[in-house]
Amino acid sequence: MINPFPVLPEFEYIRPKTAEEAIQFLQSHPEQARPFLGGTDCLVALRNRRISPNFLVDLKYLDGFQDVIFHPHDGLTIAAAVSMNEMIASEPVKMTYPLIAAAAREVGGYQLRSRATLIGNICNASPCGDTIAPCLVYGGMLAALGPDGKRCIALKDFFLGPGKTILQPNEIVCSIRFPLPPAGSRGKYLSIGRNALGDLAIAAVTILAFPDASQPSGYCFRIALTAVAPTVIFAEEAQRLLSQTPLNEKTLEQAALLAGQCCSPIDDIRASAHYRREMVRVLTGRALQQVWNALQKDVQQEGGNG
Amino acid sequence: MADQIVQMTVNGRLEQYRIPQHMTLLRFLREMLALTGTKNGCEAGECGACTVLLNGEPVNSCLVLAVECDGATVETVEGLTERGALAALQQTFMEENAIQCGFCTPGMLISAYALLQRSPHPSDQEIKEALVGNLCRCTGYERIVKAVRQAAQA
Repeated sequence: MINPFPVLPEFEYIRPKTAEEAIQFLQSHPEQARPFLGGTDCLVALRNRRISPNFLVDLKYLDGFQDVIFHPHDGLTIAAAVSMNEMIASEPVKMTYPLIAAAAREVGGYQLRSRATLIGNICNASPCGDTIAPCLVYGGMLAALGPDGKRCIALKDFFLGPGKTILQPNEIVCSIRFPLPPAGSRGKYLSIGRNALGDLAIAAVTILAFPDASQPSGYCFRIALTAVAPTVIFAEEAQRLLSQTPLNEKTLEQAALLAGQCCSPIDDIRASAHYRREMVRVLTGRALQQVWNALQKDVQQEGGNG
Repeated sequence: MADQIVQMTVNGRLEQYRIPQHMTLLRFLREMLALTGTKNGCEAGECGACTVLLNGEPVNSCLVLAVECDGATVETVEGLTERGALAALQQTFMEENAIQCGFCTPGMLISAYALLQRSPHPSDQEIKEALVGNLCRCTGYERIVKAVRQAAQA
């Protein structure tokens, strides 16, 4: 009989004092040691025997790993061990990067978010990771540390496939940095799951748009799609259409159609590929309409003020 | 098997424990301290039956290693009950019949208590959002939400 409650397999718990010590340990125990943050994915994977490390290297207590730092001119840095609840409650995230807070609120329940982290969600590299798309549209840059020192990785270049990233086994991600959103940015995060909250997304659409005089339409759109491809993807053709064609109801509709066409979803327990594709079109259409309404309202208000 | 000496305050008592490094906080509480009010439901962070307060914040104790709690404060449904912190919620849960089999109740009480600590007068939407991580297969949630609302008004 299958034991429904197997204990965790045995491993050693390592709490390094410095980031360098953590790197050194990972370096000297290849394929045996694994970085550990909130544990909300890692411990489930361990219990289900999907991973079997001999060592968990806890990064939560390292200096600077609990910081949320905001500079009004430079932007926001969220360190690796900041919990999703801390992040959601932080003023700069709420005020300046609301799409991150909106997506994070849909991750599990409150008690899971006490432990889950943004960096953990990113490094887990699930195609349905709720917070990845907002981090992409805000232009997130990861700060990774390895034996050769620090390197910056643009989030858009980070993912290779489900659960796969360009991060080396002896590297850790220390933080993610976001530039200030472009002036006049408006955004929307819309997702659909089997429940209103707490379930993994069937599909989600994240849009950030802002005035950009260099584009024929006068606007630049960033559209990221969740849970409908091996990684979170940008709907590039839809983005191009919206920057190059005069914006009206018909353009928005066409862009939504393009978004639905550009994804490559799978059938699984949560939804069929066909349904996911349809939902991408519907959610993109709705989100675009709301973002466009907000952008137009801004123009009217500016006109009124002038 | 690697053990570790850990100092932890559980329900107000600071003690030293020798704990296997791969033991979860849930198993430590239930199997080493016999605090069985904290339930083992899914052991995967889905059901919330194992919710306890870790340094004042609700967590799924099935997804915390006991050795991570070195120097931490843990409160379970037993400890919160002893110091009377759950009295109002327990009363309204009984009055509203928000309990059927009772398995989810300790976790529900702790999530609700934590909600009322951070937001003493929550809206129904806030109550529902705070309980997203606690599953109940008996009551249909309406009575639970009502019980939390009543406790907030008491």
